[in-house]
Amino acid sequence: MKLLLAYSVRNVWVRGSTTALTIGGLALVSLILLAVLMLGNGLNRALIESGSPDNVLLLRKGATTEIASGIYRDQAHVVRSLAGIAQTSGRKPLAIPELVVLISLTKNGADTPANVVVRGTQPEAFMLRPQVRLIAGRAWQQGTTEVVIGEQIAKRFLLGGIGSHLRVGKREWHVVGIAEAQGTAFESEIWGDVDQLMASYGRDSYSSLTLRLPAPSAFQPIEDAIGSDTRLLLQVKRERDYYREKSVTMATFIRLLGFTFTLIFAFGAILGGTMTMYGAVASRTREIGMLRALGFLPRQILAVFLVESLMLGALASLLAIGGGTALQFVTLSTMNFSTFSELAFRLTLTPVSVLITMGFTLGISMVGGIPPAIWAARLPVTAALHTPGR
Amino acid sequence: MNQPVVEFQRVSKSYVRGEQEISVLKDFSLSIPQGQFLAIMGPSGSGKTTILNLVAGLDRPTQGTIHAAGIAVSQQGETDLARWRARHIGFVFQFYNLIPVLTAAENVELPLLLSKLARRERFKHVQAALGLVGLSDRIHHYPRQLSGGQEQRVGIARAIVSDPTILLADEPTGNLDRTAAQAIMALLTRLHQELNKTILMVTHDPHAADYAQEILHFDKGKVR
Ligand SMILES: Nc1ncnc2c1ncn2[C@@H]1O[C@H](COP(=O)(O)OP(=O)(O)O)[C@@H](O)[C@H]1O
Ligand SMILES: [Mg+2]
Repeated sequence: MKLLLAYSVRNVWVRGSTTALTIGGLALVSLILLAVLMLGNGLNRALIESGSPDNVLLLRKGATTEIASGIYRDQAHVVRSLAGIAQTSGRKPLAIPELVVLISLTKNGADTPANVVVRGTQPEAFMLRPQVRLIAGRAWQQGTTEVVIGEQIAKRFLLGGIGSHLRVGKREWHVVGIAEAQGTAFESEIWGDVDQLMASYGRDSYSSLTLRLPAPSAFQPIEDAIGSDTRLLLQVKRERDYYREKSVTMATFIRLLGFTFTLIFAFGAILGGTMTMYGAVASRTREIGMLRALGFLPRQILAVFLVESLMLGALASLLAIGGGTALQFVTLSTMNFSTFSELAFRLTLTPVSVLITMGFTLGISMVGGIPPAIWAARLPVTAALHTPGR
Repeated sequence: MNQPVVEFQRVSKSYVRGEQEISVLKDFSLSIPQGQFLAIMGPSGSGKTTILNLVAGLDRPTQGTIHAAGIAVSQQGETDLARWRARHIGFVFQFYNLIPVLTAAENVELPLLLSKLARRERFKHVQAALGLVGLSDRIHHYPRQLSGGQEQRVGIARAIVSDPTILLADEPTGNLDRTAAQAIMALLTRLHQELNKTILMVTHDPHAADYAQEILHFDKGKVR
């Protein structure tokens, strides 16, 4: 069977330019699919994975986003006194009330400004969200108007990086550090001191409060405790669920669009593969007659041509995955529809998306290869032996 | 007289092409004993190739029965016929029909893929067959690296590698110059004499036909 495989491989090889064109077309379609999957992965990473399973987000009842929410100082105080919250090494509850506002910044190279999230918080926020890590400079000092900016903000808005100035509310702030957050939404945020931010907007309440559980399973007692306290009137959500809800619409929209495109192009790719294989059968008709005269069975002929078609698919999927590897370095930005702020995310390659792409490419090359392979298997032998061959 | 290895009993063959029916063989009978070297001569379109195709079961008679190498060819199912063909029939074609992307050895190995032989065994047979046709030094050459005469010798090696009962050769010298043709005919004669092969050869080259034991002149479906 090694010989038959060599036969298929070399036949694919000698067809040179036609083969290359077919593989190229197939690879392009597969790459579109892979890019859509990577887009979805990137969005997931940016939004869903921004939330960690240990964290719980508290919002005012009825608010769907942090921006639209409000939490009073005394409410925050009550929450921080509850049992069942993880503690810092200093035995303080890891429960941080935050103020989230949107500011307008002009993106490098664009003339219209975009919204950017500014989060007033406390230095413990780095413990609450361990995926956020300083990569340059230092954290802000409490009681000052210093800020740490996300890597995406540094790349797209505040190109000056550390030392840049920006206006937030009534005050002038300056950048002292840059943070990375493993591709999550926090990379598109600006963090600073919560009290300073409240003062510069003249506000007296927070937006939200995020607390950390000792373990993901400790969610229920906290939810019950907050729900039963009539002073609070807050909704309790796992941080993950909050981000998932925010991303659903956008992810669905992008996937739908991408899969529609993929479907249309897949149709073309199948046709291309079919035509190539019909060509291959036509040019080897006499050869097929000869093989049948030697005693090869129709189903063996069928197998030979299916294998050839699958081989085109296999090569195309390798190319597509190669392309996908390169796409990993692409960062896209989109409007986060729930906050109307700018959100940057990276195209992300995962083993699952690689497998799906390979399966898809082999699938369409198989589908495209079936009609010509059946034709080859059914050729009448005597007539096939009569045709002029290669 | 030996037991016949090929026997046509009152065979008719016609093709329907559109409205008209073309009669190729009419009430044709033929008996070829084991070990015979028979040449079939006749003008183009007289039905010579059709006879070979019928012997090999690649085509079916309209009427009559055909026996070859122990079975009633005209009554077998396609899968059984293919297996039988792999075992008992060796084909030599006018245009060699070598696969261009395979080496001489690989081309010769093709029929053995249908046997139960292991790889090592297959290679021994391939070497023996290529040795017999005098191409031991060309086993890794591709068809395009060989002359026409050499290509046809590879074709013959492929036809005999599985030690078939009957060799069917359709104008084996039709595409070759005089010298190469003579070499091929000498080779077929040797296969006949030394290995006692039954050979059915179609040709319209009288020089080639001279090598055969018997010549069947054939015209319009009838023996002349
Ligand atoms: N598959 C076929 N369909 C229709 N006609 C055929 C077919 N095969 C052969 N014929 C016709 O049968 C006749 C004999 O053909 P063939 O046996 O190939 O002749 P030869 O080999 O003597 O030149 C020719 O007229 C040819 O056109
Ligand atoms: Mg002929």
